[in-house]
Order: sequence, then C-alpha cells, then structure tokens
Amino acid sequence: MDFILTAIVNGLLSGAVYVLVAIGLTLIYGVLHIINFAHGSLLMLAMYASFFLWRDLHVDPYLALPVVTVGAFLAGYVLYRAVIGRFSAGKDENILLITLGLSIIAENAALFFFASDTRTVATAYSDAMLEVGPVLLSFPKVVSFFGALVLCMILGLFMRYSDTGRAIRAVAKERLGARLSGIDVDFMYAVSYGIGIACLGAAACLLMPSFYVSPSVGNSFVLVAFTTVVLGGMGSFAGALAGGMLIGVAESVSSAFFGEQLGQIAIPMLFILVLLFRPTGIFRGTQ
Amino acid sequence: MTPHLKHRRQFILGSAAAIAGASIPGLGRAQNTAVKLGVVHPMTGPVAYNGQHCRIGTLTAIEDLNARGGIKSLGGIPFQAVTGDSQGRVEVGVSEVERMHNLGVHAYVGCYNSPVTIAATQAASRYGTPFVVDVGASDLIVSRKLENVFRFSPGFGKCVDDGLLALTEINKKANGVAKTVVLVHESGELGTGTIRLLQDKLPRLGFTVLDTIAHDTPTRSFDNVALRIRGMKPDIVMHTGYVNEYMLLARTLQRYKVPAVRYSILGAGFGVKFAKESPDAAAYAMDFNHWYNPLDSRAVDLKKRIESKGFDYVFEVYCAYNAVMLLADAIERSGSLAADKIIQSLSASTWDKHFMPYGPTRFVNGQNEGAAGCGLQVINDEINVVFPDKFAQAAAVFPRPAS
Amino acid sequence: MASATRLKLPLLLALLAAVLLYPWIFTSNYAVNWGMLVLFTAFLGQSWNVSGGFAGQMSFGHAAFFGTGAYAYSILVVSYGINPWLAWLLAMVAGGAMGAMIGFLSFRFGLKGSYFALITLAFAEFLRVMADSVSFTQGGLGILIPLQSGAPMQFEHAWESYYLAAAMCLVAVLIAAGLKYTRFGARLVAIRDNESAAMALGIDIFRQKVLCLTLSGAMAGAGGGFYVSKYLYVDPHIAYNLGRSVEMLLVTMVGGAGTVFGPLWGAAAIGALGELTRSLSQSPGLSLVVYGVILIAIVAFLPGGLTSMLGLLRKRCRHHA
Repeated sequence: MDFILTAIVNGLLSGAVYVLVAIGLTLIYGVLHIINFAHGSLLMLAMYASFFLWRDLHVDPYLALPVVTVGAFLAGYVLYRAVIGRFSAGKDENILLITLGLSIIAENAALFFFASDTRTVATAYSDAMLEVGPVLLSFPKVVSFFGALVLCMILGLFMRYSDTGRAIRAVAKERLGARLSGIDVDFMYAVSYGIGIACLGAAACLLMPSFYVSPSVGNSFVLVAFTTVVLGGMGSFAGALAGGMLIGVAESVSSAFFGEQLGQIAIPMLFILVLLFRPTGIFRGTQ
Repeated sequence: MTPHLKHRRQFILGSAAAIAGASIPGLGRAQNTAVKLGVVHPMTGPVAYNGQHCRIGTLTAIEDLNARGGIKSLGGIPFQAVTGDSQGRVEVGVSEVERMHNLGVHAYVGCYNSPVTIAATQAASRYGTPFVVDVGASDLIVSRKLENVFRFSPGFGKCVDDGLLALTEINKKANGVAKTVVLVHESGELGTGTIRLLQDKLPRLGFTVLDTIAHDTPTRSFDNVALRIRGMKPDIVMHTGYVNEYMLLARTLQRYKVPAVRYSILGAGFGVKFAKESPDAAAYAMDFNHWYNPLDSRAVDLKKRIESKGFDYVFEVYCAYNAVMLLADAIERSGSLAADKIIQSLSASTWDKHFMPYGPTRFVNGQNEGAAGCGLQVINDEINVVFPDKFAQAAAVFPRPAS
Repeated sequence: MASATRLKLPLLLALLAAVLLYPWIFTSNYAVNWGMLVLFTAFLGQSWNVSGGFAGQMSFGHAAFFGTGAYAYSILVVSYGINPWLAWLLAMVAGGAMGAMIGFLSFRFGLKGSYFALITLAFAEFLRVMADSVSFTQGGLGILIPLQSGAPMQFEHAWESYYLAAAMCLVAVLIAAGLKYTRFGARLVAIRDNESAAMALGIDIFRQKVLCLTLSGAMAGAGGGFYVSKYLYVDPHIAYNLGRSVEMLLVTMVGGAGTVFGPLWGAAAIGALGELTRSLSQSPGLSLVVYGVILIAIVAFLPGGLTSMLGLLRKRCRHHA
C-alpha cells in the first residue's frame, strides 16, 4: 500500500513537470492551432539560459526565473513575428514545417555553440529530500509542483480577467470576428506564442536543479507534452494541469506494475485512448 | 569550461583533419603518397559527445604518427584523415563509407554506435577494406565472420565476464558479504545485451538477482526506480546505460539514500566529469569499463594534451587513439597499402605498444582477445583502477561505507 | 489540360531516361548509393503522399508502417527461414494490415487534422516501446540478418539496389498517377478538400480513408522490408523513430504534397541539400543549422512545394509569350 502511495505521489511530482512543459503548448495550440514542433528545442534553449546564468553569473535558477521567463517571452514574440507568422502564410502544414525547421536549427545551433556535453546545475538544495509521513520527496520536484500550480493559476487569471487575455481568447474562438472588433490579430498571435514560450522559461528554471541539459534534451518531453495537451483539452489550463498530473500518475503506477520499460507504454497508450474516446479532453477546451 | 575553449574545440575538430592532410607538401589524390584513413563517427545527434571524443582521439593519433615521420616502411608517407559524420544513422554511416571509398581510403575507423558499426563494416567488407572498430559494444559486430573487421576494444561479453570476475574477487576479499543484486539497464543493444549475460552468469557465481529494471533512453525520472530499489534492499545495484541516465540514476539513488554498492558494467556515465560534478553521488561508485593504463606515462601525457584542447579524457579518446596506432603498426609491418596485406598484418598482430590495460594484441574472429577493461572506483573524488592488481592504483573500498 | 499533357510526355520520358542512365553516368558506388537513397526516400515519401497528400490525412507516425514491414521481413527471414522475396511481399502485407488497423481505429472514432496526426505519432511510439520490450523482436538487441553472398535480396552491386529502388519508385509514381486520374483518387481528393461536401456526394468517407491508409501502409511496409534487406539490421529505434516519420512527410511537403512527382523532387532536393551542407563545414551542427534554414526558406517562399515552382515558371513563360 505504501508503495502505491509513493508511486502516486511521485507521479504527481513528475506530472507537475509535464504540466510545466505542456502549459505553453496548450496555449499555443489553443490559440494558434499549430503543433509547435519547436517546443522541446525551445525548452532546451531556456534550460541553457538558466544553466549559463548559474555558471557564469552565479544566479540560482529559482532566482533567475523572472529573467529567463521574460527573455523567453521576448524570444517567442520575435520568433513568431519574424519567422513563423511571416512565413507560414496561414497554412497549418507550413507552420508545422517551419517549427520543425526551427527545432533543427535550435538543436544544432546549441550543439555548435555549447557542445554536446551534458550540463548540470549543483545547488545546495538539488539533492535535498523532504520527509512527509512515509513518503520521501525530492525538494526541487516539490518546488516545481507548486510552481506548476502557481503558473496555471496566474495564466488562468490572466486569460480570464485581463484585457489581453480576453483578446487572446476572442482571437482563439473567432478570428474574423475578433479582427472586426478591432483586435490586432497578428499581434495577439505573437503575444500568445510569446506567452507560451515564456512558460517554457519558467519550466526550464524549475527543471534545472533536478535534471540536466544537453542539445537533444528537448526530445524527451515532446510526446509527453502533446499527450498532456490533448488529454487536458486544447487551450485549457486546468485541463493541462489535470492532464499532466494524470499522466504522471499513470506512468508512475504502470511502471510500478509493469516495469520501467513497459511502463513507458502508458503514455502513448493513454494518448491513443484519449484521442479515440474523448478527444476534446477531460475539460472541454476552447474547441 | 570557458566559452572561449568551447569555440577552440569546435575549431580543432574541423581543422585538425585539414592539418593532418594539408601541411604535408605534395599531397595529392595519387594512391601511395598518403595513408588515407576514413573516420566515421556521430558528430551530431544524441551521442555527439561520444562521437566527437572518438574523433579527437583519432586525429591526435594521426598528428602524432605524422610527427614521428609517418610509415617508414613505405618511405615515410603520412596519414591523412578523411572524416565523416554518421549522425548516428545507419544509412548516413553507410553513405559515408561509400563516399570515403570513392576518395580511396585504405582503411576505416569507427563508428561508436553499434547499429551504424554493423552496417558500415558490412559496406566496407564488400570492398575488402580493413575496418578497425574503436568503440562499439555489441558482440554482433564481430559475430559475422567478416574478414575485414577488427575490434580493438572488448565487447560487452568480455566486459561482463571480467567485470563479474572483478566483482567476485573484490567480494571475496570482503568475506563475501554482498549477495543480492538489482540490475538496471537501458533498453537498447548495450543494456539488453549486457543484462542478458548478467542474468545468466550472476546466479552461477552465487549472487541472487532480485530484480531487473529496464528503462528507456532518455529517461526523465528515476524516482520510482530508486524507491523500488530501496524497498528491495539489495547489496549491489548494477546499472548499464548511457551518460545522462547513469548520472541521473546515481544522483537519485544518492538522494534516496540507497546504501547498496554501485557497481556498473559499462556504465557510460561513470567518469571524471561525474566524479567532479556529483561528488556525493559518485563517492565509492564502481564501474567496470574501458580505461587507460594508469601506470603508463604516455597515457597521462596524452591526458594533458587532450584536456588542453578542451576535451574530456574519456575512453572514446584513448580507445580511438590506440586503435589508429594499432592500424599504423600493422601497415608498417605489412609494408603495403593493399587491403589484403593490411588485413593479414592485422590478423597476425601482436602489438603491445599501446597504453591500454591490455595484453599483446591477438585477433580471433575479428575480436582482440588481448583487450580487457578495468575495475574502477571513485575514491576521494578521484577515479582509481582497483582491478586487476597488475594495473591497480588502490585497493577497492567494498562494501560501501555508511555515509 | 491537353497542352500540358503534350508538354509532359517528352519530359516524363527524359526523366525516366535520366533515372535509368544515372548509374552509367555516375559510376562510383558512392554516387549510385546516393541515387538509390534518393529514389528510396522518394518511394517512402510517396507512401506518405497517398494518405497525407491526396487524402489530406497528415500522419506523423508513418514509421509505424515502415517499422512493421522492417520487423516482419527480419523475423520471417531470420526466425522462419522464409525466402527474402516472399518475406518482402509479406512485409508489404504487414504494413498494409497495420495501416488498416490504425486507420480503422482512428477513423472509426472520427479523428482528423491535428488529432489524426497526433494519434499516428502515438501509435508509432507505442510500437517502438513494444518492440523494445517483447522477446520476438529481440527487444533492444535488434535483429541481424546474416550476410550471405548470393543470398536473395542481398545484392553484390550497388546498381542492383539502385534499380530495385528505381522500380519501387516507378511503381509508386504510377500509384500516385493512378490516384490522380482514377475515381478512387478523386474521392480522396474530395475528402481532402471538403469532407462534408464529399459526404453529401455520397462518398463513404470511412471506407475510403481506411483503404487509403492501408495502401499507404503497404507501401511504407515495402519500404521497411527493402531497408532491412539492404542494411541487414533492425532495432526499435531504426524501425519506429520519429525522425523516420518526419523524413517521409518532409520530402513530400517540400516537393509538393498531392502531386505525382512531388516526393521525387523533394527527395532529390533534400538529398542534394544534405550533400551541400555537409561539405560546407566540418564543425558539428553547423551544416544541419544551414539545412534547417534552407528548409524554412523553401516553405516560406515556395509554400506549394517545389512542384509549384513549375507552375510559377509556366505562368511566367505564358506571360512573356
């Protein structure tokens, strides 16, 4: 019993990581309807940013979070304006190929500039453990858990109550109508993409203390992120939160029963089942 | 490592190849003015780190050979590297082999990834061109009776046998106190091949395998694995995997205060970097892996040179370095650049001027039977050879002292 | 339409001649091998084109069919000693069956667009984990086909693989042309352009889509079998990795999805691009960065793929005439 409890708790903690990565993706997908192939690579770049701030300027990743997040927003905004929005001509397939091209560029530029070594961050709390009853929890993972909750909350409130948020939602729901109401649709698209990447910036800083970065690290998260997004419902933050947690727990529990390797099957399997039986997700998204 | 050094590194990987060829006057495409060596490794992709280190080892060896005057029996002709990036993909590796054949290479060195090595050596075999495998763990590489294939370093079969021998001896010295084992492995060729052998042999040596845990490459989290292992309370945890997963698991086990001995066979993440960056997790960790002969000053000299170029002194470097030296010796003795003569020469090779902990070279079915790995342990933040006694720098600390 | 066909026939013959004569002009094994890879990639691209280009069902997991064909071939040849040519045929069947299965599930539940793309991605990943975990695929160890001089499908000369790949590519082009000019193809295009209108016209959407994916899967399965016959080794990563799926869709989209020759232009362009960028720089990563930049440039300035370039040229010629 204890064992299952720990599996569930650990599942929630790893799920939080998936939420962090997926939350930007669900926003981007929900608003722009594009499968952002570059998501994993951009996460990787944000993690490098966090790493270099730590190594060269001695800024702790948690403290660097605001800086990296803002930087990521600007990077995402510019990327959309300069490349994605400009060259896609609005066609979905084109955007796909462009984000694919971006991920190839990002991964190999990282390889060229930063070399292929794996980098880790060693902070005082990296290996700290918290004892909560019978369960041992990794401190950085607990921090990312709460970080995910806070991020979801902030985004949810922002989307619901701020003018920009409302504009974004309008654009997502009804583009032509939004434009006719005077909303600068292209600007909103760029802002949405920027916010999506900003989430990656936050995720990167929360991840670094317990993980590592190398040019190809983004690939580990891509499929899980997509699964989370679809499970939770495209465009729904509460959905991404619930979806990520559910996936984390499912993966954790199935690993406990079927072994680490076969347990990995939980994710694509879950993905397939959700797509077949409830493609709009747990929380019906903006679709 | 400063950013400055990083750029120097990139520059070196590219220019060393050019230097190896260009600085020698009169070098043309004519057949016997240079020994052309095809160098195929993954420069990009997920194992770029390892491939790049294989390449720098190869290029440094060529530099040294040329500085010494090249192949004397052929009139002092130099080596010329023809480098290629396999990207870790089979079809690209084979394509590179073909391209290099077109450029008239006399031999190949490569390819780090087992699948690429298998396909590339096969492609080369159609031309009968000798192929020296510097690093490539799968025993499938030497199981095909291809006459042109020569693997200099030990495969996982040999590493498992020797690694277990080392373990039993070390355990015996500690009064046989370790009895139970949990096996963790990555799900590819390296992990699966190694683990099958371990599952077979461990019980026969008196150990009980409590569980076998397979994991993907990449793996995002080992928390559950660590908990499971902690629950089983094994004396030893054996992990065969690649760099990132090895380090992640080691750190996770440390966090969960799992007291078991860490003993890996071909644990790819074990190394100087690991010992330096994660001293707590690395303390007393043991690995049976490729290593250099610590008592040979040439090995230490090379270490300084490689590190000054901005690279790490990992086994990819010196395995590749010595593989090229092996080839050079064979060519020197054969006095010919003809493929069949080189192959004959390699087959008969008893070269022992390497600085590996190997005996004299002895190829049987393409495998150097003289090759062997070493038992290593992190003691006081330094990696020491602890087995075999002939090369040992320190006695093994076994079992793990309570922290 | 008629004038276009009149212009096309000599061009088609010229193309066929070029493909057939290529190994005689560029005789090195390297060049022939490169040509073989281009034709093979074009073949794989065509398999994707059938469902992604003509029917508009963009799949991100075509490796699922490729890998299934590859494993079917390997297991039949190594474990059951079946004649490789027959095994190849069965690999095609296996690929087709996988196509039918995935198609049935996905389309029965009405998945389309990005949802369909994602579920195919999930299926490929699912198969990869399964292949890694079960014993009859040898798990992570992979399956090695013994090298035997003179064995069926193990060719002595590079040009033999080349012509086989060329034959496969020709068949694929004929299939694509068949789609363009038959009713089956017209139905697929109707489904692509406007599914509800197609339904209103009485087309059985579900049936057509499943048939289409079956055909597509069979082709990809044949590709998988061919791949293993050439490289003699398969493992879960080689069979089912995402990169393979991406390669299949990439060549078609770059060349022009839904066209007969798009995948061929795309494969040639990407093959040439790979060679060009590789020789540009020895620094790891830089050449692939250039690759990515050029890819984006192609999408940005030629969104209809390379085939649309022909159309643009024709328009320009007509304008000047």
